[in-house]
Amino acid sequence: MARSKLFIAFIVLEVILLFGAYLHGNSLQISRRTDDLEAKRALVSRLGLTDLAIWTEARYTRHPSQADFFSAFQDYPGSPDHFPAGSLISPMQVYPEGME
Amino acid sequence: MTKHLKIIDYAITSLLRRRYKSFAILAAYSLTVTTLASVLFLTHALRTETDYIMQGVPDLIVQRTIAGRHELIPVDYAEKIGAIPGVSGIRPRYWGYYYDGLTEANYTLLGSGGEPAPLQMLTGRLPVNPGESAVGAGVAALRGSAVSGELILVNSRNIGVLFQVTGLFRSESNLLTNDLVVLTDRDIVDFFGFPPGEATDFAVSIPQSSEIQTIAAKIKQLYPDTRPITKRELTRTYDMVFGWRSGMMLTVFCAAIIAFCIMAWDKATGLSADEKLEIGILKAIGWDTADVLALKFWEGLIISLTAFLSGMILAYVHVFFFNGFVLAAVIKGWSVLFPTFRLTPAFNLFYVLIMGFFTVVPYVASTVIPTWRAAITDPDSVMRG
Repeated sequence: MARSKLFIAFIVLEVILLFGAYLHGNSLQISRRTDDLEAKRALVSRLGLTDLAIWTEARYTRHPSQADFFSAFQDYPGSPDHFPAGSLISPMQVYPEGME
Repeated sequence: MTKHLKIIDYAITSLLRRRYKSFAILAAYSLTVTTLASVLFLTHALRTETDYIMQGVPDLIVQRTIAGRHELIPVDYAEKIGAIPGVSGIRPRYWGYYYDGLTEANYTLLGSGGEPAPLQMLTGRLPVNPGESAVGAGVAALRGSAVSGELILVNSRNIGVLFQVTGLFRSESNLLTNDLVVLTDRDIVDFFGFPPGEATDFAVSIPQSSEIQTIAAKIKQLYPDTRPITKRELTRTYDMVFGWRSGMMLTVFCAAIIAFCIMAWDKATGLSADEKLEIGILKAIGWDTADVLALKFWEGLIISLTAFLSGMILAYVHVFFFNGFVLAAVIKGWSVLFPTFRLTPAFNLFYVLIMGFFTVVPYVASTVIPTWRAAITDPDSVMRG
């Protein structure tokens, strides 16, 4: 029965590690929220930033929220794309008024 | 209990007898779970962080559009918009894009606007005087500005302009500032050659969030050539970018799901001759069907539980300790300046349970079902194939 006990011990160890990851994540969420995230929010507020600087290859991937999506034949996520990142961003969903 | 421990013992021995196949399945399975979980962890952490920091975005952005395209907005529009009841402030924003031929990267040039308040995410200070700048860590690294303290950019008249770097954004804020070059508003106007009295757009402050939509409608009525973008629309954009239906999720998710389905399908469609022979022998020496099924159940569970737990742990380490470097290479696209994902870990227990259910259960089922078919037939005919 040595092997079965070894297996059970291994699984218990992995569960403990995963639970540790859960605790690690939650504790950092709480501690960073008060300093790092608050500082980032102050930065956004001070500079009036609107978007994340993830994809810098095109206007509509750098500022997806500012892209002019409403007229035909534009560069916008969902249109036949020139840039790889455009295919990673789904097009803006347009809700009928009052349906949000 | 003892009986099951002995069955587990036997199951491990049986798996070790086919060690190369077992390890190959374990490795492929773990890799699939790691990939799926990495995407989940990354998008969930990005969404959690974005939700929080995006609460600081302007309440309303007012752009001007001509022929369906974003155009510069006359600054005197601000007078009437600022007079709308409920609006507490309006500020023109001066910003634009700059392609740096030297490094083949795109930067975002932004006017600092307002007074230089101290920012925790900035080492140094925001530009106050003409010829000063604050740059993101990505730009600083690409242009060596941190060392030289200078940044030379070519303006709209094809003249090189030298800026003194007075501030460096800390790398923790990379997600927001990696490609950012902050200049004074006046420098931005001069650099891009904006016509006098025009700005890129307006940031409007509205203290009562319930009034934003009404004020947006009023602005649209007042100036039909404008496009107001509400705070809600700004934040919703990122819900969509990192949502489960986004291309970011689907790109990696689909490939991993297909790989997993092929593996499960392969298991479910039949047993190998060796496995059939083993079941036949076990039945012949007196194991009943329930024991054989228990054996195969444990075999499936040993592989799938080990792979699932290892995959989840690997994914967590990959995303939050190694900044998701493998995934980042996939989603980078053609961006020359791409931020490092130093994210605050966000662990959603619900996602873990869903992942567990959708990976462990199908695999165990696809191991047990063909065994059940073999176990209920006569041992002699099973052994003869």
